[in-house]
Amino acid sequence: MNSNNVVLKVEDIRKSFGENEVLRGVSFDVRRGETKVFIGPSGTGKSTLLRCINQLTPPDRGKVWLDGEEVTNSGARINYFRQKIGMVFQNFFLFDHLTALKNVELALLKVRGMGKAEAREKALTELRQVGMEDWADHYPAELSGGQAQRVSIARALAMDPDVILFDEPTSALDPELTREVLEVMKKLAREGMTMLVVTHEMGFACSVANEVLFMENGVVAEQGSPDLLLHDPRFTRMKDFIGRIDSRMED
Amino acid sequence: MDQAVFLFEILLPALMQGLVVTLQLIACSAPFGLALGIAVAVGRQYGNPVVSWLCKTFVFLIKGTPLLLLLFILYFGLPSIGITFTAFVASVVGFILCNGAYNAEYIRGALISIKDGQMVAAQALGMTRWQAIRSVILPQALRRAIPGLSNEFIYLIKYSSLAYMITVIELSGAGKLVATKYFTYTESFAAVGIVYLVLVSITTVAVNILEKRVAVPGTTRATAAAQL
Amino acid sequence: MDVLPVLIEWLPYLLSGVASTLGLVLVALVLGLLLGLPMALGQVYGSRPVRWVIGIYVWFFRGLPILVLLFLFWFGIFPAIGLGNLSAFVVGAIVLGLRGAAYQSQIFRGAIQSVGEGQMIAARSLGMSRTTAIRSVILPQAMRIALPGWSNEYPNILTDSAVCYAIGVVELLTITSRMVTQTNVMMPVYLTAAGIFIILNYGGLKVLHRLEARIAIPGFGTGAM
Repeated sequence: MNSNNVVLKVEDIRKSFGENEVLRGVSFDVRRGETKVFIGPSGTGKSTLLRCINQLTPPDRGKVWLDGEEVTNSGARINYFRQKIGMVFQNFFLFDHLTALKNVELALLKVRGMGKAEAREKALTELRQVGMEDWADHYPAELSGGQAQRVSIARALAMDPDVILFDEPTSALDPELTREVLEVMKKLAREGMTMLVVTHEMGFACSVANEVLFMENGVVAEQGSPDLLLHDPRFTRMKDFIGRIDSRMED
Repeated sequence: MDQAVFLFEILLPALMQGLVVTLQLIACSAPFGLALGIAVAVGRQYGNPVVSWLCKTFVFLIKGTPLLLLLFILYFGLPSIGITFTAFVASVVGFILCNGAYNAEYIRGALISIKDGQMVAAQALGMTRWQAIRSVILPQALRRAIPGLSNEFIYLIKYSSLAYMITVIELSGAGKLVATKYFTYTESFAAVGIVYLVLVSITTVAVNILEKRVAVPGTTRATAAAQL
Repeated sequence: MDVLPVLIEWLPYLLSGVASTLGLVLVALVLGLLLGLPMALGQVYGSRPVRWVIGIYVWFFRGLPILVLLFLFWFGIFPAIGLGNLSAFVVGAIVLGLRGAAYQSQIFRGAIQSVGEGQMIAARSLGMSRTTAIRSVILPQAMRIALPGWSNEYPNILTDSAVCYAIGVVELLTITSRMVTQTNVMMPVYLTAAGIFIILNYGGLKVLHRLEARIAIPGFGTGAM
């Protein structure tokens, strides 16, 4: 199954919460180095989809493969797969009791079993990548939202993941702080990181995404390159959705 | 002696008598303990500097002294300076002081949590400070203090047992007397324990009902929100 | 009657009483911690039967007066299971510890549950097993959150230690009592004892508060994620 560079394969994911069927059969492939962006109305299961990929929320039906190996139904091996699937959360979820540096180091020490010196080196490198090496000894409560999110990106990067999942990474940030995080994400995309991003930032989606997937009612309603979805007259729903956002913002 | 006979003809009657005394102790102490708590909390928060200091010191001293020592002072110590209480009265006085001091802390915490705006609004309507305290602040504060106050009440139920140490034959004392006389220690004390557990459980249920009934609509405790 | 010489003569005994009292408190706190923390973990992460058993333990040890617990174990349970030779001090310390564990487990449980859910999610998303996540992420935070509540256990255990008088433990209250009967000096002795307890109480709290301040983390405990 490890053909033509497909890093992540998602097949027919379904998930219900009680009566509410949030995901109704979502499938797609992700190639190495690709950036895929998911947009759509809130509550359409985009965040749930990301969590089904690393099994933080186990899907009711469907399968996920990482580099040819099945992630779903993998029992205790899920911890191994989670090392290779990085995740960045809307609310950062930095470990409050640790400095930025230790936040990045922790999984290296405890999960990958690195030695202290090696872990520290690597953690500093990643913090440098996101521009936060001067804040290594600060605690999460002392950081702005944008800084905290960048640290959390460094934390995910430190595990050398095959793919990183971004769950509305800038939704909790003020507009000024959003920019610094998007810059880091653009840089990662340019450098060839495979990324899945759930976001409302249309500018980012159109400039960085290889493919945009518009989700509505628990399924992928439209997908294609940003250009295609924006300009081809056959694709209407995403344009409608964007139009609605724009007019709301003008009020 | 047959277990059943022992249980029903000796132990249970003795415990019931002791229970009556326990309930009397609680009934005499609780209302005054609550009143004292309110007085001390209000005095500390709203009184002049001297009153406030007295209230603060009162709580400091009582909280820092073990209740049992306090009971000894009241029953064994005071006679030497001319004040003699009966064992029951000494116990009740001790419980009122202890209950009052801890209640005062809970009520004070609740008073502090009431927004300043309440007092400001009341005074703007022409109420005096004391009217505001009585009609606006205290009703809200007391509702907020219910968890703490009920917690203290449950402690009162339990530390009423210490009255035995100054010769009041309440529930625990009754149990001990039967145990020592008939060498049935585990059974007797287990029975005593069960009675206390029942008392405490009934109180817990009753308090929950009370809390719901006096709650102001819209101010129920926030459910633990998913912290995402 | 001249009080001061009497007090001075008895000072060594009073101090030994203080030592006993502090010993009881220390054992109770440590025992409470050693038992209470696992119980808290069991209640938060354990299966239903486990939670149920722990719940019964907590209900029992919190629902009974300390006096009754002491009588029950000293006169009844320990002799019945062959441990009748234990000294009163040991029995007192054990009972205080078992009871302390019941109270402390609830403090720790509240603290563990108040650590934001996001912390566990982030830890697991990095590939940590649940055990590693609990040990490296949840507990360090929970212990800090629990510290103020745990500090408040100290005065309670100190007060309960005085009740150990009832089973003959030679702690401060017992010595005070003996002193009163043997010297016939009453109020001054009782008040001195009260004074000592007050010093132990607030002095101990000060030490604990200083400990809290030293391990505090900037901004921690303000609900930041």
